[in-house]
Amino acid sequence: MRYIARRLAHAILLLIAISLFSFVLLQWTPGDFFDAMRLDPRVSAQTVEGLRSQFGVNQSFVARYVRWGRSLVHGDMGYSFSYDAPVAPLLWSRAKNTLLLAGIATLLAWMIAIPVGIWTAARKDGPGDKVFGAGISTLLAIPDLVLFLILLMIAVRTGWFPTGGMVSSSFSNLSAWQKTKDIATHFALPAAGLAIVMLPMLVRHIRSAMLEALESPFIRAARAHGIPRARVLLRYALPVASNPLISLFGFSIATILSGSAILEVVMSWPGLGPLMVQAILSRDVYVVAGIVMLSSVFLVAGNLLADVLLFVSDPRIRVGKT
Amino acid sequence: MKRRYKMSFALALLGIAHIVVFFAGFFAPYSFSTQNRGLPYAPPMRVHFLDEQGRFHLRPFVYTFKNDSAGSGAYEVDRSPQYPLHFFVRGSSYKVFGLFEAQTHLFGVDPPARLFLLGTDEYGRDQFTRFLYGGQVSLAAGLIAAGLSLLLGIIIGALAGFYGGWIDEILMRAGELFLALPWLYLLFAVRAALPLHIAQWQVFLLLLGVCGVIGWARPARLIRGVVLSAKERNFVIAARTFGGSDFYLLRRHVLPQTYGIILTQAALLIPQFILAEVTLTFLGLGVGAPMASWSGLISSLQHYYVLASYWWMFAPALLLIPIFAAYYAIADELQEHLKSVPL
Repeated sequence: MRYIARRLAHAILLLIAISLFSFVLLQWTPGDFFDAMRLDPRVSAQTVEGLRSQFGVNQSFVARYVRWGRSLVHGDMGYSFSYDAPVAPLLWSRAKNTLLLAGIATLLAWMIAIPVGIWTAARKDGPGDKVFGAGISTLLAIPDLVLFLILLMIAVRTGWFPTGGMVSSSFSNLSAWQKTKDIATHFALPAAGLAIVMLPMLVRHIRSAMLEALESPFIRAARAHGIPRARVLLRYALPVASNPLISLFGFSIATILSGSAILEVVMSWPGLGPLMVQAILSRDVYVVAGIVMLSSVFLVAGNLLADVLLFVSDPRIRVGKT
Repeated sequence: MKRRYKMSFALALLGIAHIVVFFAGFFAPYSFSTQNRGLPYAPPMRVHFLDEQGRFHLRPFVYTFKNDSAGSGAYEVDRSPQYPLHFFVRGSSYKVFGLFEAQTHLFGVDPPARLFLLGTDEYGRDQFTRFLYGGQVSLAAGLIAAGLSLLLGIIIGALAGFYGGWIDEILMRAGELFLALPWLYLLFAVRAALPLHIAQWQVFLLLLGVCGVIGWARPARLIRGVVLSAKERNFVIAARTFGGSDFYLLRRHVLPQTYGIILTQAALLIPQFILAEVTLTFLGLGVGAPMASWSGLISSLQHYYVLASYWWMFAPALLLIPIFAAYYAIADELQEHLKSVPL
């Protein structure tokens, strides 16, 4: 228990450090959201100054950080200038879409990667392993941006898939069944793209973890006892190989919010990625800071989750660290 | 045996790519800014050996397009006049090493005809030429950023591993902070902190700097790990008892043991930073350097009509794949090698 408590305290300290760091970075910005307004002759100087003091832009750095920190704790995460609304609900409406996409893609990638990883490890250096190995290396070398563009071109050329967005324009007057179908077709390409990006790393890690486990003497002993191959693989080797996989799973959770940003921009998925780019271009600092914070929370929480799972599953860690 | 073969293949590929890109002026038939306003979005040309009658020509040749008039967008190949390919032709002047003027190009065709191996862009500029010149910017970007983050990683990792104690504690906690930050978002945020309109080369250098500074944490951790075990080895301890200074020990005995890790990390970081620059530019936050860069070429794919109609605009993006594959293959092989050699 002390181990988990220590990890938790560590994570919270890390989050505070990240918040301070990203806030410093953003406040370093020359100019602010209201600069563009100041150039507009229709808006008087008093109005701009009024807005600036209303949003607290002209306060001292420490005062702004404290103010922002307080609003983080209260759960509105600051105020968006361009949307004229608290940041939190705005982020949440976008984060839902990102989570939906990345969640399904992650699930898909793991569901493919586990059998492929185990199978190629079991047939090390066989023809199947070589074919998959070459395929995985190729996938790894395709930059994610290029992959997304290729998928987008396929969508444009064939017309089988919509080229962007999450729902069709006629979404609101469709029946429930058609709605599901509509979302599913919009889903197919982005989810496939994201899963393909995640896949090579997962397969490689699973394969090497399995290989390491399969080399242990007790596996040879089990084989010598005549225990069937499949049982040795799944009941003997897999649990031993699971430690690195649990860390990897934590990493998957950790990057679930930030990993799909590029994809979302390329395929115009209404998630956090496009919001981030817009917010940067319009200098909407609290939205930027909010997104950085939110994805950092996921990063830290994912790693924490992995630590806790390891703690629960592996008695060696439990005994060693307490 | 097979392993060495794979490694040398990857090294040869990268070597050729870097030489061709470095001497882009010589290998490219045109200058990167030469426009052919009458030939926007011309498709790639085929280099022929067989003519219409099926006769074989030792010297390859190309055909021109029928309608050179602007704007129609549909190009038809004019099969009557053949324009043979010449080697070591004189063309637009360029500079080698930024010093010597030169005019010789590896290949070209006689003026009424044009040679577009990868087609042209919206201004009728040769994509092949722009890809080669673009490589100068992008490969340099990858090398500089990776060099910077490795340098930081070596210094910080060596200090933390060698001295231990509170120095180690502080440096590694800072490293954790940098690893925990979502790096793409952080790059965005830093880009936000820069003014939107400053000179392009300034943005370029600043972004490289930022990439380098953000990337130090992972190599630093790995190097620290190696230094930690390396400094306990007998010959290091022996050298210390002979009165070697800390700096001497690090330079002569400890850091040489980290070369494997450093090379592996370099092979992984360079493509990552090339991609980071391309991605930022694609999202409209990057440099768009005055010269062609790979990011600029790939950014043209943002337009729907380019995606829909001009498939050859994908060629620069696809050409990245073998280069990345070579870098990753080298990293893989180095890693395997490190595993087999006990430290």
